[in-house]
Amino acid sequence: MSLLTLNSSATKAREGKHWFARTPHEMPETEETGKTVATIESLSRRRKLRSLLMNCVVVVSACVVVIPVISIFWTALTRGIAQLSPYFLTHNMRGIVGGTYPYGGIFHAISGTVEITGVTMLICAPLGIFAAIYINEYARRSRLSRLVVSAVNIMSGIPSILAGLFAYALFSLLSGVGTINGFVGVVALAVLALPTVIKTSLEAVSRVPDTLRESALALGASRSVMIRKVVLRTALPGLVSAVILAIARIIGETAPLMIAAGIVDNTNFNLFSGRMMTLPAYIYNEYSQGLATCPTAHVASLMPCDPQIRIERAWAAALVLILLVAVFNAVGHWVARRSMAGSRHS
Amino acid sequence: MNENELTIRNLNAYYGGFQAISNVNMNIPAKEVTAFIGPSGCGKSTFLRTLNRMHEEIEGARVEGSIELEGQDLYAHALNPAAVRRHIGMVFQHPNPFPSMSIRDNVLSGLRFNSISCKGEAGDDIVEWALRSANLWDEVKDRLNKPGVGLSGGQQQRLCIARAIALKPEVLLMDEPCSALDPISTRAIEDLILELKQSYTIVIVTHNMQQAARISQKTAFFNLTAVGEPGHLVEMGDTEAMFSHPNMPQTKSYISGQFG
Repeated sequence: MSLLTLNSSATKAREGKHWFARTPHEMPETEETGKTVATIESLSRRRKLRSLLMNCVVVVSACVVVIPVISIFWTALTRGIAQLSPYFLTHNMRGIVGGTYPYGGIFHAISGTVEITGVTMLICAPLGIFAAIYINEYARRSRLSRLVVSAVNIMSGIPSILAGLFAYALFSLLSGVGTINGFVGVVALAVLALPTVIKTSLEAVSRVPDTLRESALALGASRSVMIRKVVLRTALPGLVSAVILAIARIIGETAPLMIAAGIVDNTNFNLFSGRMMTLPAYIYNEYSQGLATCPTAHVASLMPCDPQIRIERAWAAALVLILLVAVFNAVGHWVARRSMAGSRHS
Repeated sequence: MNENELTIRNLNAYYGGFQAISNVNMNIPAKEVTAFIGPSGCGKSTFLRTLNRMHEEIEGARVEGSIELEGQDLYAHALNPAAVRRHIGMVFQHPNPFPSMSIRDNVLSGLRFNSISCKGEAGDDIVEWALRSANLWDEVKDRLNKPGVGLSGGQQQRLCIARAIALKPEVLLMDEPCSALDPISTRAIEDLILELKQSYTIVIVTHNMQQAARISQKTAFFNLTAVGEPGHLVEMGDTEAMFSHPNMPQTKSYISGQFG
């Protein structure tokens, strides 16, 4: 310490300010004009204080981001768990009147959501991945691929209600005015999912380094073999996230499905005929009706009745929807990890 | 004493409207190491890539002239470029094993790309043989199912060499295979090249003239007259002669470090 002060006092005498306190283009100050002469200790204190402050800001921001996630899950869990039972998961709303027991369930909504989302992805995943391969592998700078990319960008900005109206209008023209069924919902959701699949898988495919393509070709691979065995295999985790992201994008869609697939109380497995219930539509439908009617007091003593039942059912369905997304996510990541040679041990 | 493996006649290569190399004539001897040296941009890598028809994979790139491997023109109309590349292997500047594949699958990838059966024991034999030929077997024999990208840079490059020779090519092209490696890994690759030359014809592009002097029997010097002009072959000869008394003054000044 004493050596430092000795050295710095010599510098001070020469140029007015210590080397560690000077900025590169500052004019040297003389002892007379220099008002405050910074010492190593004061500078270091300031530096540490600023570091502490920034640390606090970063940690607080990180926490603020986490709060809504935990809050949403916690609310859905605490409010939805009450009605969640095997009965609730295996029954539909057929013949359920007001708030009187039995309270009904969401089987028809779960089957509808799984079926509509599943078929949508069966259409969109190959379509989107093939489009991404075409753009990136076959026509990198062609006019058609530029057109597809800008069409995708416009498509991703379409409000979901418009997608629903589009599908409804399309099928009104094709198979009669007022056609509402699961497949109309599939078409509406496909319009929403396709841009997500194309954009994300295009990103995954374009992240595969060209050196790998060259290596494959140099080993005598044809273009299609190179794409299949090198590009797609290397991009697989990204392609899986493309599908997961698209599922997450559409599984909570409410408005287009209410228009295109409708709202109904009974279970319908047939995509092509009759209305089909979905979880988001169910949640909205239950919540929007508010309190349920119960018979007068003396009848209620004979038959249980819960005026809050609609809201409780909505929360339970919301919890199921969250769990469904979580399961899709987990399965997707598991598939991606398993298919990588890296994690295989013998 | 050796017959010529590759015979190149009047070769011109273009990128769109730009001519990268002009009128190269060259005989590459069999079972020897031929080194291409020259300043950056002189077309030596481009020329190397015309030898296994990788040049044409770049958009707008084309080649004029002829290259014959054992009398067969590589640019013959009916010939599939994939067939050419099966017989003329290539190792790139940066080690690039396939990240989605294990060490074993990397070695067998060339066979699988060409639908050559390599299941079970036959595959095991090929893997062991190729890895032994690449001096890598002892280092990886216990982790053949681990990913290839987990190896060190030098090991990855030897894996890429094993991957190339698993197809038993006639010729092995190497595009600055050591420029991304440390001196010890470089030494291992150089030793390997000297061993491989007993079974394969090797063509190597290098920026390192000591390396060319150490490992090659023939050296070809490429140069360009000015930036934007195509590169051309200045001279080619026995490495020893090229480095001790080159014929052309520009070879002499390049080798002695006056430019490049």
